[in-house]
Amino acid sequence: MLNSNIPAGPLDNKWEDYKGHVKLVNPANKRSLEVIIIGTGLAGASAAASLGELGYKVKAFCFQDSPRRAHSIAAQGGINAAKNYQNDGDSVFRLFYDTIKGGDYRAREANVHRLAEVSANIIDQCVAQGVPFAREYGGLLSNRSFGGTQVQRTFYAAGQTGQQLLIGAYQALERQVALGNVEMFTRHEMLDVVVIDGKARGIIARHLITGELERHFGHAVLLCSGGYGNVFYLSTNAMGSNVTAAWKAHKKGAYFGNPCFTQIHPTCIPVTGDHQSKLTLMSESLRNDGRIWVPKQQNDPRKPNEIPEAERDYYLERRYPAFGNLVPRDVASRAAKERCDAGYGVGSSKQAVYLDYASAIERYGKIECRKHGIDNPSAEVIRQHGVEVVKEKYGNLFDMYNKITGEDPYTLPMRIYPAVHYTMGGLWVDYELMTTVPGLYALGEANFSDHGANRLGASALMQGLADGYFVIPYTLGNYLAGEIRTGNIPITHPAFEEAEKAVSDRISRLKNINGTQSPESFHKRLGKIMWDKCGMARNEAGLKEAIEEIRALKAEFWRDVRITGDINEFNPELDKAGRVADFIELGELMCVDALQRRESCGGHFREEMQTEEGEAKRDDDNFAFVAAWEFKNEGWELHKEALEFEVAHPSQRSYK
Amino acid sequence: MEHYTMNLTLKVWRQKNKKEKGGFETYSVNDISSEMSFLEMIDVLNERLVREGKDPIAFDHDCREGICGMCSMYINGRPHGPWEGTTTCQLHMRAFKDGDTIVVEPWRANAFPVIKDLVVDRSSFDRIIQAGGYISVNTGNAVDANAIPIEKDKADTAFAAAACIGCGACVAACKNSSALLFVSAKISHLALLPQGGPERKTRVEAMVAQMDKEGFGSCTSTGACEAVCPKEISITNIARLNTEYGIAGLTSDK
Repeated sequence: MLNSNIPAGPLDNKWEDYKGHVKLVNPANKRSLEVIIIGTGLAGASAAASLGELGYKVKAFCFQDSPRRAHSIAAQGGINAAKNYQNDGDSVFRLFYDTIKGGDYRAREANVHRLAEVSANIIDQCVAQGVPFAREYGGLLSNRSFGGTQVQRTFYAAGQTGQQLLIGAYQALERQVALGNVEMFTRHEMLDVVVIDGKARGIIARHLITGELERHFGHAVLLCSGGYGNVFYLSTNAMGSNVTAAWKAHKKGAYFGNPCFTQIHPTCIPVTGDHQSKLTLMSESLRNDGRIWVPKQQNDPRKPNEIPEAERDYYLERRYPAFGNLVPRDVASRAAKERCDAGYGVGSSKQAVYLDYASAIERYGKIECRKHGIDNPSAEVIRQHGVEVVKEKYGNLFDMYNKITGEDPYTLPMRIYPAVHYTMGGLWVDYELMTTVPGLYALGEANFSDHGANRLGASALMQGLADGYFVIPYTLGNYLAGEIRTGNIPITHPAFEEAEKAVSDRISRLKNINGTQSPESFHKRLGKIMWDKCGMARNEAGLKEAIEEIRALKAEFWRDVRITGDINEFNPELDKAGRVADFIELGELMCVDALQRRESCGGHFREEMQTEEGEAKRDDDNFAFVAAWEFKNEGWELHKEALEFEVAHPSQRSYK
Repeated sequence: MEHYTMNLTLKVWRQKNKKEKGGFETYSVNDISSEMSFLEMIDVLNERLVREGKDPIAFDHDCREGICGMCSMYINGRPHGPWEGTTTCQLHMRAFKDGDTIVVEPWRANAFPVIKDLVVDRSSFDRIIQAGGYISVNTGNAVDANAIPIEKDKADTAFAAAACIGCGACVAACKNSSALLFVSAKISHLALLPQGGPERKTRVEAMVAQMDKEGFGSCTSTGACEAVCPKEISITNIARLNTEYGIAGLTSDK
């Protein structure tokens, strides 16, 4: 039986109550307890810094050349917090409720409420670290709106919020490195978890420069290794983002929660050709001010500026008047796909819609002219002033669009299309963020817990930092308090020997295949299967085909992959091959999970289950549970954690 | 935007590892689309090298959206290539034309030793941050985020400095391999904010000392760093660092 260890009592007291009664570790004992942290994004860096400050001996690992480069850095738009600085009716309850509803009632209430509670502390902490959030002229913090909410609770730093938050956490981490509390291992990749007597006791890591395998002991292991969106090959994830650490943990007994819950982000720069290596997001914050439309006429050959207002279909405003362009991501993505599939798409591929800033530029321009006392300004003067405002708010995003497409978004509407962005699924964890392997934790995007079937914008940064700064420092102590008598287990222990040998054997096996096809080419093929059959819309026949195709691909991979270079050297091809092998296995599990979930919810859209208006049709009677998959050699076994909603009662999710 | 394809000659620095001597190899690549990014063009070449059973070109890259700071190619004599305010990953092939020869090298600086081909070791930057590039505040100690108002101009200037991605282009562009633009961006970011005030003097002294220890050269004052910075970090940050350093030297108690 899965025990989520949710504390008893009323929802809004659970966390306070938990903190008041949780076991503590005294400072002297902390010094002899070692904690391994995999990944140095927002979750990993904040956890490493905070645990180092508490006095634990921390070892942190990242595959990049510096912890500052983890992919959290690329988050653009912002971070939510229930500060209610705008006096617009926000509260912890509202943030909790919006998140549960936005997740289509597939997240755990207690975790989400805790997230909303600590959200305000995150902003305080970041400002204290010197994170330069956007400010108003009075010197106070500025906010903007994100999808799925009707309040302004998103804090931001231009379009580089993730960068600024990560630099804050990175600096806190480096301070602990300087103080000797954290030992940092860059260009290292975790390749297995070492389990001794049922508990996670260390890892096997590969030094990516020398190729050497290393053994590291820890009283606990924290996976902060991010999401697995790259299973689709094309996504907004970084090239190196991978599932390997989480997958190794899964194979060592950690259940995988809701693997099919993936987020397709509505506003990304469209694919241009087969050479495409990744996709670039255009922040959701752009939907604050931009308007999304397609021509009312199918296959309209005209340029966007030649299409008069009356012949444009602002389909989000038309379909969802209450939320308009700020509907949640899953809804906006499906609506874009629906228009393109129906023949209204734009651009040469016809797989794009317009995101238009003309009216925002005019609106801001008029406000600025009034501020500056310019009477009867000409259209050109209004435009100039408006462009200045838009530049300040979104300049870096507009520049990025211009560099990638060669088009000027200040004069032409941007062309955008949905792309894989985030994975709500991940390792199953209990309230304390512990996986089904005692002593093995998962934080941030690597776990499944807070976003249900669809994550709201600006909530990933919030969750990563909540887990690292404010949750794990309490919950980890509750476990480690029972470990103070466990001395350091020598890395000569047979379990370490065995794990290292298994890793080494697998690497040799991969290398010795000596086939003809590159790891990259297999990754591309996997991505195509996943996007076509387990992407924005899924159906039974397609998923069954996908499972067969993935199995065949796996067999072909292990027969015909070619890895150049040697094992004992810097060899990105070898790193890539190992990651692709894991993605292939994960891809199968995602399809198995999507097939099992015969309902539509959030980002998981089963074509068989939709309302007459084409909206997702949930089935609370049969699917109000977390699917937690246990790895077995011959397949997977499904365990269910029932979701109980005591406060936010499930209703049809409507943004009309 | 009109698209076109091109055939190119690439001269790429190949070096097996830190110890062995490197040299240029010449490759021709054909049918490159102007819509590709520069790194996607390298991907095409690498795919071919793998098919031919040769070792692909090693290069650092990750986010491919200009923010992680991992990519680091010295293209035709300029860090990150010909476009201003652009990282290598955001450079697109429409910057080139059919028949061009493109020379690609790693960052060159004693403090950035080559690991393989175009990959260099920039851990010296992390050690400079460790020396003092932070505000000493433990988790949980913070006051309300709006307790201290900060003038918008100051916050904006701090943000502009904090936009540094730590890629090292400034070092690669400098004939002395100075890291002063990188260090000054961090000094400015933290010195401009009230939260960074208490550690202002010790921070600048410790970070400059660590920079010297890592083997970075002294500032040439030519502004090459600013000219190539993909995030357009201003050289005025170096002036601010010099002021901070001077004040610290004159008034520090230590």
